[in-house]
Amino acid sequence: MTVDAAKLVRMAEQITANMAYTDDVELVAARVADHLNRFWDPRMRQAMAEVANGDADQLSPALKAAVRQLHGVAGEGAL
Amino acid sequence: MNLYYRVGAERDLGTPAVIANSAAKGGAGAAPTVNVEIDGRSVAVPEGISVMRAAALAGANIPKLCATEDLAAFGSCRLCLVTIEGRKGYPASCTTLVEEGMVVHTQTPRLAELRRNVMELYISDHPLDCLTCAANGDCELQDMAGAVGLRTVRYGYDGAHHLDKPKDESALYFSFDPAKCIVCSRCVRACEEQQGTYALTINGRGFDSEVVASQNDAFIDSECVSCGACVKACPTATLIEKSVIEHGQPESAVITTCAYCGVGCSFRAETQGGQLVRMVPNRDGHANHGHACVKGRFAFGYATHQDRITTPLVRDSIDDEWQAVGWDEAIRTAAERLQAIQARYGRKSIGGVTSSRCTNEEVYVVQKFVRAAAGNNNVDTCARVCHSPTGYGLKTTLGESAGTQNFDSVLEADVIMVIGANPTEAHPVFASAMKRRLHQGAGLIVVDPRAIDLVQSPHVRADYHLQLKPGANVAVINALAHAVIDEGLEDEAYIRARCDLEAYRIWRAFISEARNSPEATEALSGVPAAQVRAAARLYAGAGNGAIYYGLGVTEHSQGSTMVMGIANLAMATGNLGRPGVGVNPLRGQNNVQGACDMGSFPHELTGYRHLSDEATRRLFEAEWQVALDPEPGYRIPNMFDAAIGGEFKGLYVQGEDFAQSDPDTQHVYAALSAMECVIVQDLFLNETAKFAHVFLPGCSFLEKDGTFTNAERRISPVRKVIAPLSGMDEWDITCRLATAMGYEMRYSHPSEIMDEIARLTPTFRGVSYAKLAELGSIQWPCRDEASAGTPLMHVDEFVRGKGYFAPTPYVPTDERANARYPLLLTTGRVLSQYNVGAQTRRTGAVAYHREDILEIHPTDAQVRGIVDGSWVGLKSRAGETVLRAKVTERVQPGVLYTTFHHPESGANVITTDNSDWATNCPEYKVTAVQAYPVSRPSEWQEMFHRFTAAQQQLSEQALSEA
Ligand code: SF4
Ligand code: SF4
Ligand code: SF4
Ligand code: FES
Repeated sequence: MTVDAAKLVRMAEQITANMAYTDDVELVAARVADHLNRFWDPRMRQAMAEVANGDADQLSPALKAAVRQLHGVAGEGAL
Repeated sequence: MNLYYRVGAERDLGTPAVIANSAAKGGAGAAPTVNVEIDGRSVAVPEGISVMRAAALAGANIPKLCATEDLAAFGSCRLCLVTIEGRKGYPASCTTLVEEGMVVHTQTPRLAELRRNVMELYISDHPLDCLTCAANGDCELQDMAGAVGLRTVRYGYDGAHHLDKPKDESALYFSFDPAKCIVCSRCVRACEEQQGTYALTINGRGFDSEVVASQNDAFIDSECVSCGACVKACPTATLIEKSVIEHGQPESAVITTCAYCGVGCSFRAETQGGQLVRMVPNRDGHANHGHACVKGRFAFGYATHQDRITTPLVRDSIDDEWQAVGWDEAIRTAAERLQAIQARYGRKSIGGVTSSRCTNEEVYVVQKFVRAAAGNNNVDTCARVCHSPTGYGLKTTLGESAGTQNFDSVLEADVIMVIGANPTEAHPVFASAMKRRLHQGAGLIVVDPRAIDLVQSPHVRADYHLQLKPGANVAVINALAHAVIDEGLEDEAYIRARCDLEAYRIWRAFISEARNSPEATEALSGVPAAQVRAAARLYAGAGNGAIYYGLGVTEHSQGSTMVMGIANLAMATGNLGRPGVGVNPLRGQNNVQGACDMGSFPHELTGYRHLSDEATRRLFEAEWQVALDPEPGYRIPNMFDAAIGGEFKGLYVQGEDFAQSDPDTQHVYAALSAMECVIVQDLFLNETAKFAHVFLPGCSFLEKDGTFTNAERRISPVRKVIAPLSGMDEWDITCRLATAMGYEMRYSHPSEIMDEIARLTPTFRGVSYAKLAELGSIQWPCRDEASAGTPLMHVDEFVRGKGYFAPTPYVPTDERANARYPLLLTTGRVLSQYNVGAQTRRTGAVAYHREDILEIHPTDAQVRGIVDGSWVGLKSRAGETVLRAKVTERVQPGVLYTTFHHPESGANVITTDNSDWATNCPEYKVTAVQAYPVSRPSEWQEMFHRFTAAQQQLSEQALSEA
């Protein structure tokens, strides 16, 4: 992987924090996933998915749930 | 073909038009008329205008000296006397209003005699050097002497006079020759009424009266900001452009649009053959109404500066010398290298960046080049680093990524809230309109960490200055909204009728939480709760509350949240959808709005339509005859990260200078160095060009046909005043590059590009060059062919249907002051300079701002042993630089401030890669730093100077050949 994974995680967590006006993790996850699907290059989504496949526990619960809803990653051959 | 553009002299009808509610839906409403008879001709004229204006409309030019259409009538010169049947004496036509049935005579033997007497007095104290005077041919005194038939001067010329008064040549761009002054006070009134600076006064009385700047200072030492309004107003050679003194009177003019800031002032570019002599603000300009600022009016010297590169350059590596080549070779080289990179690293390994300084047409072809010729969506624009949060925030809440009002709307505001913007420095002509309204008594709330000029300036004083800590924007906007709800100040009827009620319910519950109260946020923001509450009451209870904001809102890690917070506050108080209210981003560069409209963002096509929208994609695919990738590409910071990661290798950069303007300079340097082919298209070998392999010389705005779209969505024409110095139009460079890469792009004129944009973009329906020529300018959206544009948005409903209240949790930035970096650095700009300064540093304006200065509070300075004028080292987690200190109470303790107009300052060596959560707009406005006294430049600065010198050497040979 060529992108800086730590930086992507930092950006994704920042998005998650800014969407987290409620305690409803699923709702926040859905909004985060939608944001990443709309605005992130699939290569960055793929890299996030790889992070989640590796050490998912470094991610917040909402982000972890969001990564499962990303389009065009792992297995679907987006790259 | 350009002859088509030439326009005649500007006509001056003597007194202003009556401003009918210009901000109302369709523009000027038809004012009621009255019938008058002027010199035997019956005419119907608008009610409320002067006899002078009515006569001018009827074709009779009454002699005048103290009157001009740009200023309120004054009635001092007594040259414009007329007779009105049934009235005694000789009333001044400039100060007398028309009445139904009035019968006016503008020429009688008695009037002629009176006028000659007046002129005789003026001329007896005026030098008779007309033939050698710089204003010869453009002097109203001369014209009037002719018009009244002055033949002799009985008084002689040797009485007491003012003829030996010395000239004041201190102002950079104009000269002041008091010997020629007729004390008409037009300059004084222009400075007050148009500019709002009050730098000039008439000193003394009667014969002794004279015009003085400030306290009888030289212009350069006075409060004058060199806007040039007084120069335009002066009927004589007293105040005159130095360029006219040097070149003589212009003989021809073209109407075009300023290429500096998002106000988008309309100008007459006045020329003599191929030489631009002066830029005069266009009275008929819809954004500026005949006013301008120092940059657009005078700072055009960069266009012909010796640093301009006019021949294409290529080299294999950035350590090689540049080679001057012809256009064909340059285009072929660029295309081959990009293709080779794609062959080796994949289709998505290259991309392009569009510029907010370029025209809509030029931007459009670059994004088309990336999507169609390069076959990916790695296209972004420099708006990424300034107003991308505006696009995101306003689209989410209101449904359209643009400001809601026209500029004139501010004249109907009752309370103006300015957040994170410094209009008097960054949007001066709009600031003048705003000050006019403030002088009339509108309330003012300033939300800014610094005491900007508006907080207290001549005849303006903010009711509240919420002086928050950098980074606390969202806390303050939430507190304001909390106070509105808490104190029952919301506009319930409006919300019920206009907004999504479910979203409102959720938002209301959120904003009412105690953590959002002014009391709870006081400690975070530093703004006393009582002040927040008082400001909320003032704004909500105003009648018309208007919000204007700038980069101090967007350039934060919560920039998008803040934009949504602003929209929420406006919706909750019913302040959207009519004149005098609204949410208005003050855009930085001239064409930020346009560059965003043109589909420059990696995720969307023109008119802010997401790539995933199948119908839109099909439309483009049919027009462009190519398949489009439905997934977003890289944003600028992603491109840099990917370059460092080794997968992004080639970049086509249109007129943007990342290496100076983008944050975390050292990271940017690393990214640029990691690419195999960087193509820079610009006027100058800028900072980024030091890392380039191909340089394609661009055109200044004076050399192009096209359009710019200003902060009020106004599409204005840019017209060729002189031929491209490089011999190639910028849009054509991009088309040729695409064609060389195997995707044919051909247009015969930029008007064809606009036609294509209009075909593909619902909000641009019917926009064409012919229509722009007819109407002067058009504010999008144009939803059908017949539309003349839309000054006000969201009038009956929001573009998205129901307004959406987005919850805006306050998530503090990671960039916090701590023991290591205890101070917060914030950045901004000054009036005389423009952003990276590539243009303004190459004009005389550099005299006003020779270096970037660090502002520091006396307390912070003292504990560190920093004194005024000394060198200060600044260190953040990103880097280290050195600036000169100015110790001032303008900044709060704990806060530092600097500008970034000069590359060697390295302000962006300090700024970090922290960015807005939604859009990656960099957090320029907050960097945690330490400051300490030093005696020499930083390591980075020393490297910068070595690198600059080396790069300079590598271009010398090629440039001397060319
Ligand atoms: S140039 Fe502008 S600011 Fe200066 S004196 Fe004239 S009107 Fe006033
Ligand atoms: S400087 Fe010009 S505008 Fe001002 S009072 Fe003198 S003649 Fe009139
Ligand atoms: S206000 Fe902006 S657009 Fe107008 S002249 Fe100044 S820089 Fe140009
Ligand atoms: S023009 Fe009317 S009094 Fe001077």
